[in-house]
Amino acid sequence: MTTIIKNKATDLFLENNPNFSTFENLRKNGLEFLEAKGLPHLKEEEYKFTQISKKIEQNISSFKGAKRSELTSENLKSNLFEGFEGDVVVFNNGHFDAELSSISAQNYSFSKLSETQPDLLGQIAKNEKDPFTALNSLAFEDGIHISVEKGKKVEKPIFLIHFNKANEGQIINSRILIEIAENAEVTFIENTVSLDEEVYFSNAVVEIKVNQNAHGYYYRLQNENRKAIGANNFATDIHRDATFTSVATQLQGDMLRNNLTLNLLDSGCEGNMYGLYLLNGKTHVDNHTNVDHTKPHCDSNELYKGVLADSSRGVFNGKIFVRQDAQKTNAFQQNNNILMSEDAIVNTKPQLEIWADDVKCSHGCTTGQLEDEALFYLQARGIGKEHAKGLLLYAFAGEVFEHIAYEPFKEYCIQLVQERLGSNF
Amino acid sequence: MLTIKNLHASIEGTPILKGINLEVKPGEVHAIMGPNGSGKSTLASVLAGREEYEVTEGEVSFKGKNLLELSPEDRAREGVFLAFQYPVEIPGVSSTNFLRTAVNQVREYRGLEALDAVKFLSIMKEKMKLVEIDQKLLSRSLNEGFSGGEKKRNEIFQMAMLEPTLSILDETDSGLDIDALRIVSNGVNQLKSSENATIVVTHYQRLLDYIVPDFVHVLYNGKIVKSGTKELALELEEKGYDWIKEEADAASV
Repeated sequence: MTTIIKNKATDLFLENNPNFSTFENLRKNGLEFLEAKGLPHLKEEEYKFTQISKKIEQNISSFKGAKRSELTSENLKSNLFEGFEGDVVVFNNGHFDAELSSISAQNYSFSKLSETQPDLLGQIAKNEKDPFTALNSLAFEDGIHISVEKGKKVEKPIFLIHFNKANEGQIINSRILIEIAENAEVTFIENTVSLDEEVYFSNAVVEIKVNQNAHGYYYRLQNENRKAIGANNFATDIHRDATFTSVATQLQGDMLRNNLTLNLLDSGCEGNMYGLYLLNGKTHVDNHTNVDHTKPHCDSNELYKGVLADSSRGVFNGKIFVRQDAQKTNAFQQNNNILMSEDAIVNTKPQLEIWADDVKCSHGCTTGQLEDEALFYLQARGIGKEHAKGLLLYAFAGEVFEHIAYEPFKEYCIQLVQERLGSNF
Repeated sequence: MLTIKNLHASIEGTPILKGINLEVKPGEVHAIMGPNGSGKSTLASVLAGREEYEVTEGEVSFKGKNLLELSPEDRAREGVFLAFQYPVEIPGVSSTNFLRTAVNQVREYRGLEALDAVKFLSIMKEKMKLVEIDQKLLSRSLNEGFSGGEKKRNEIFQMAMLEPTLSILDETDSGLDIDALRIVSNGVNQLKSSENATIVVTHYQRLLDYIVPDFVHVLYNGKIVKSGTKELALELEEKGYDWIKEEADAASV
């Protein structure tokens, strides 16, 4: 892969990127890292179950950044869910689409990254932490920067919606930076929509800074086409007494890798990570989560659940790092999986590193099948087998959605999952 | 209604039922008794369609249909109800939703209209009284965290909602205290009619003081070795099962 980066990527990005010099340091730093290490290879521990570099090499013919594709208000309209009210930020192949977006900027400011050129960019999701972050830093053209005002609550959620369609297998690079000021509160919803059934590689980076006593909620949905390849780096710095909650749902794609990092940087903060991957066909989804407890009296809660049918594959890696200073930490992690077929695979790995001595940490993972006895019980009451399976699977999976506080989106996710369980299981 | 002829069944290759014959007519209550391991619960499971059991010989007809060919859900829809010895806890499935789904799927099979939420709730309230079950219990996940007695009452409540023609109570009395036993039996008795039948599988004669059987069968070693009226149950209570075992063993030598 290193050769590909050297030969194709550098030149192409340099040539075509109008904002190349705007973020020169960040890009150079990304390039150095990539030239030294390249994209992850098979033997790399962090990527050993997810051969995404190979996938990219086989499917992505051009390393050019994707240009905008045709996008209409109809596309947007058909992807807004019932009951949604709020601002919409539209991305077209990773590029901000001002025309289709509706931004009230009520209690927050909105700008392009090229306009504000914040120093914070690249400080939360660091290039050296993941090669795909470095690749994004090198390649993104522009991104968006949202700052929620001090002490204010953005009353309605901000909907970030990505429309992806890359001809010739180009790379889609989106970059988002969010700052939530002291005592502020905001909810984001993010959805990725494939505009056709063709292959693309989306390499996204989201960075969030949650300042003192602020609250952020981030609900993500990935229900992409069957050829979609995605690398998503999502990193959050959480400051004193602040809370951050992520609920991530993956329903479809070819190969999706999500790195979610929560840095609990001061005492009294709370980080929550919930996830559901409900997969079929050959979809491969890898969730790597990482919570770093650096100071005392912080809590983290994590629950990821998986239902895997056909020859789908799920990977869960949950790292909890409790530093020596982080006394009185409460860190809980749970990963539960149900395999619906003999060809489905799940690799789950809790990874706890605890250097403080006065902490409460727990982790657990389970992988099993639907319980025969429960299924028989429902059937014995007259409920058809397929319906009974759906009921049981939903009972298992639905727990994750209880953590979505925004009702219309919660209902939308429930509806998608129930449709899936009704038709596929 | 139900005719069982020479029924043999095994689990993982081990024969458990070795030639059961039984005829149940509408309006009758049959008690099946027997020592532990005699095959009582297996018989109940085979009738309800539990997949682990393999029927190796014999036939079972229910209202003229070959019961053994039907899926468990179709058996339930045809009117067979099994009250489980160990009702299953199902977190995340609300009792009310579950029951409404079940009732409506059964109704659909029988060519009846689905009940809307209002109608369903009013029927539910009425049937709840039968087993003195609390509404709070039904707003919780199915059987989750229920006490033993609550689970058994919930079984009878489900039976009341589904209106089966053949109810099989698999050791419904085991583990119940006297009050709970009285409530459960009371529910069963109120549901009895000239059109439906009940098979009571039990280890203890005590239950039969409350649910009075027309026939008592003793199962031993996979066969019905003795049949009689309720007096047989009293005799068993007094003398235990040993004399039956001796008789049966002597006969098979």
